[in-house]
Amino acid sequence: MTKREMVCVSCPIGCAVTVELDDNNEVVSVKGNTCPRGDKYARQECTHPERMLTSTVKLEGGKLPVISVKSASPIPKEMLFEAMKEINKVTLKAPVKIGDIVIKDILGTGVDIIATNES
Amino acid sequence: MLSYDLAVIGGGPAGMAAALKAREEGIEKIIILERADTLGGILEQCIHTGFGLHYFGEELSGPEYAGRFIKQVYDTDIEVKTDTMVLDISKDNVVTACNNVDGLITIKATAIVLAMGCRERPRGALSIAGSRASGIMTAGTAQKYVNINGYMPGKTVVILGSGDIGLIMARRMTLEGAKVKAVCELMPYSGGLTRNIVQCLEDFGIPLRLSCTVVKTHGKERLEGVTVANVDENLKPIPGTEEYIPCDTLMLSVGLIPENELSKNAGIELDRITNGPSVDEYRETLHKGVFACGNVLQVHDLVDYVTQESQIAGEGAAKYIKGEKKTGEYVKTQGENGVRYIVPQRINRETDKDVKLYFRVGKVFKNVRLSVKCGDEVIMSRNKKKMTPGEMENILIKLDTIKSLPSGSTITVTVEEA
Ligand SMILES: Cc1cc2nc3c(=O)[nH]c(=O)nc-3n(C[C@H](O)[C@H](O)[C@H](O)COP(=O)(O)OP(=O)(O)OC[C@H]3O[C@@H](n4cnc5c(N)ncnc54)[C@H](O)[C@@H]3O)c2cc1C
Ligand code: SF4
Repeated sequence: MTKREMVCVSCPIGCAVTVELDDNNEVVSVKGNTCPRGDKYARQECTHPERMLTSTVKLEGGKLPVISVKSASPIPKEMLFEAMKEINKVTLKAPVKIGDIVIKDILGTGVDIIATNES
Repeated sequence: MLSYDLAVIGGGPAGMAAALKAREEGIEKIIILERADTLGGILEQCIHTGFGLHYFGEELSGPEYAGRFIKQVYDTDIEVKTDTMVLDISKDNVVTACNNVDGLITIKATAIVLAMGCRERPRGALSIAGSRASGIMTAGTAQKYVNINGYMPGKTVVILGSGDIGLIMARRMTLEGAKVKAVCELMPYSGGLTRNIVQCLEDFGIPLRLSCTVVKTHGKERLEGVTVANVDENLKPIPGTEEYIPCDTLMLSVGLIPENELSKNAGIELDRITNGPSVDEYRETLHKGVFACGNVLQVHDLVDYVTQESQIAGEGAAKYIKGEKKTGEYVKTQGENGVRYIVPQRINRETDKDVKLYFRVGKVFKNVRLSVKCGDEVIMSRNKKKMTPGEMENILIKLDTIKSLPSGSTITVTVEEA
């Protein structure tokens, strides 16, 4: 049995949450949260944490040399660096619009990388 | 001289929201003056997400959030002059500005909205020993280098100050392959949002050293390292705790200051704590017809609140232009027991809506009671689980309550034991 301490960031209160995990890393209990969102957050953090990824890609023919992008939804946390490698391989050509798909289904996550600005 | 109902100075989220709101309220001749080449303000370089959670219920990046308002502005007949720097505001509300196309322009405006945003506290504001090696910059400047100009300002980084921009840059630099060695914070708590501590530092194993500062920088041409030291309760470095950290970049994230040169020159009274103008519930300054909103008024951590505040200012300006704004007696507001300031600083007793008081606390509070008093009478109170200096708080005062306040009174927001 192991314990993990974390801060719930689902809202600004930031409750200190303690999660008990068994030997197979399955969640046994969640304590310290004041609302159900904290329980959900803690379980997800322990089993499959996800994060939004934002970065820039190279741009040709635009006003600026780079353009900002984001993952359309959160991707597994452990894939952030690998996803950055893919993003850094891309060069876009102007014109680009907000929401244009830059990389489809990055690393098989089912999540697209999309542009967040216009060129 | 050009003539407008409303001149908005600054085309960031604050200026755009104020202009759009005034337009919605029926004001016809509106102009936005922006010194950069596009609308959007500082949001153009804030490519991370987390904007708009409150306002749009979506996790947008800075440019996306700004983009929605830019589109709305260009869909109206609001005039926009970019690449236009405002130089002066006169006592009788004449705005002087200049640009490459028109040269010097003067604009007579019935009402003016100040929305110039804020700037970062520079290195000069700190006392760090060492030469002026390159590689020392504010976190916001680094953000611009990476996200707008597309190049990395360094490979090994120490960040001084745990403000949100510094935290965001710690993650950004790490993802781009740099090594962020530490974030040093002078205070015993972080100035940033908890969410950013978790997702920008803890996720990447970047140490946050509280009660710690940079005492010396090393290197002649390029920064080679910094000496950090722990500080005591009086924020003085403790001898013997010095540690050398090699790095080629030092980023400063030590606070934001409202950009109020124009306001000061126009003789507009500023609040000693916020460094922004002192305003009423519609964000009108003590200079008649001049309103202020966004970071020029008080430093915000969430752009969503900037938009809300600016809509209030836009509505106020519209009322002023239409001659509908009340000019009765005011009650003053003040903070006490760790409540550092209140915006608005005064409320018209004849006002026509509930008023939210915005404020920040000076230290971390847990399980306390937040009360609003008028003399000894408690007019409103609420239990708070947690309040931190990094997060702006607010409390709503009902219209009935405002109307019932004695004339000449002061209302005080205070923190008490629960
Ligand atoms: C470097 C930096 C990074 C930030 N990052 C974040 C973040 O990640 N998340 C967040 O929520 N908030 C962030 N903030 C706070 C952010 O400023 C606000 O969320 C929001 O952008 C404030 O809007 P604003 O319109 O008041 O100011 P701004 O966006 O700063 O807009 C002010 C505008 O006024 C213009 N201006 C100033 N003076 C003049 C003049 N004399 N004449 C003409 N135009 C003028 C400027 O060019 C600018 O476009 C950051 C602030 C800074 C300084
Ligand atoms: S547990 Fe609930 S109340 Fe506590 S921080 Fe998370 S969302 Fe907020």
